[in-house]
Amino acid sequence: MKNIEDKKNKLVIIDYGAGNIQSIRFAFKRLGVEAVLTDCENEIRQADKVIFPGVGEASSAMKKLKYSGLAHVIPTLRQPVLGICLGMQLLCNSTEEGNTRGLGVFDVNVIRFSNHLKTPQIGWNQISNLKTHLFQHISENEFIYMVHSYYAPLCKETTATSDYGIPYSAALQKDNFYGVQFHPEKSSLRGGQILKNFLAL
Amino acid sequence: MLTKRIIPCLDIKNGRTVKGLNFLSLRDVGDPVELAQYYSDNGADELVFLDISATEEGRKTLTQLVLKVAEAINIPFTVGGGISSVEDVELLLKNGADKVCINSAAIRNPELIHEIALRFGSQCIVVAIDAKQVNKDWNVFGVGGKTPTKLNLFNWAKEVQDRGAGEVLFTSINHDGTKNGFANEALAKLSCMLSIPVIASGGAGKVQDFEDVFITGKADAALAASVFHHKQIEIRSLKTHLITKEIPVRPFDP
Repeated sequence: MKNIEDKKNKLVIIDYGAGNIQSIRFAFKRLGVEAVLTDCENEIRQADKVIFPGVGEASSAMKKLKYSGLAHVIPTLRQPVLGICLGMQLLCNSTEEGNTRGLGVFDVNVIRFSNHLKTPQIGWNQISNLKTHLFQHISENEFIYMVHSYYAPLCKETTATSDYGIPYSAALQKDNFYGVQFHPEKSSLRGGQILKNFLAL
Repeated sequence: MLTKRIIPCLDIKNGRTVKGLNFLSLRDVGDPVELAQYYSDNGADELVFLDISATEEGRKTLTQLVLKVAEAINIPFTVGGGISSVEDVELLLKNGADKVCINSAAIRNPELIHEIALRFGSQCIVVAIDAKQVNKDWNVFGVGGKTPTKLNLFNWAKEVQDRGAGEVLFTSINHDGTKNGFANEALAKLSCMLSIPVIASGGAGKVQDFEDVFITGKADAALAASVFHHKQIEIRSLKTHLITKEIPVRPFDP
């Protein structure tokens, strides 16, 4: 187990009351890294890596981020930030869910899957057209676990694609900001590899 | 492409796995964590834990168990059994469950579905429906499939969807335990009328049954217990078979 005070490995998970954080903490623990759960601006800014999680509904999550002031902190972070699922969606310009304005890091608007598809999409899908070091040692068409009703369309910041009725963004990246629509913490060994890659960025 | 899911179900009582299990390779066949790890490492796409403890003490043990399972496995898992309030759900999710499954509580208090969905999102609530076909009608049963209700399977399934359920887990009482295949006709009807995923349960006995439940039954996922626990079917070889039949599943890939 690496020392959490070890500056090189200081990992924080942003705590804003968004759903199941345990499984993300445990996934990093399996990699030998103890993540700190915090809503403290200083602690977040001093971390080497930041996880921006999210499960639940967009507008209420955004309200919590605004109320705590984190909505201003997150887009100004300089270290690698990984948004997971709703976390990724909130980093976009906007989302149709609850007509919510996002943090505007990724220049794309999140929309709902077409009515003729079962929503939420739940289960194992594949990721393709993989770009960036986040997907090092990950094969094209690897299986990962998805749970979502809204998606980011393909855009210039897309770094992985998936397909559910239409192709869409499974991952996004801009500068130090990374986002994944899937749940690496629930995506078996390959998901663990993606988290390991994030730690190595 | 989104794949069909294979989901083993473990019955838990007072923190231990119950029902005849045949896992000679495990040190402790009654240890749910070890079994969960085994399934997670051998191709299961998700796991369901069904708590059948009747006591308060047993329920507390469940919470600790959920935490240990979450620590050990890297695939999603659902916890069901005895959940009757938003607080029950919160406790399980906080301890690392990804989804909860409710059944009788939803029948008693349908508003609970909406309350859970609103608070934690639809994706974390699975509504289980036990139903029995009598003549042409499918009637819903509560309390472990024992107590008849006035609800019709298809109307109730539509209602739970409208109230915010993220998935429906349908068990056919007629087929459960027969090992003679799933209730494919009813499943196909459910799957076509609902806009949320349908998990099929009850009747798995052989590999062909899984092929049928995905093709004829149009199910999004198939759940089984004893055929996996007794190693009558190994998930990895089941998946290999389904792939040869061009059914999309996540291949076993260590």
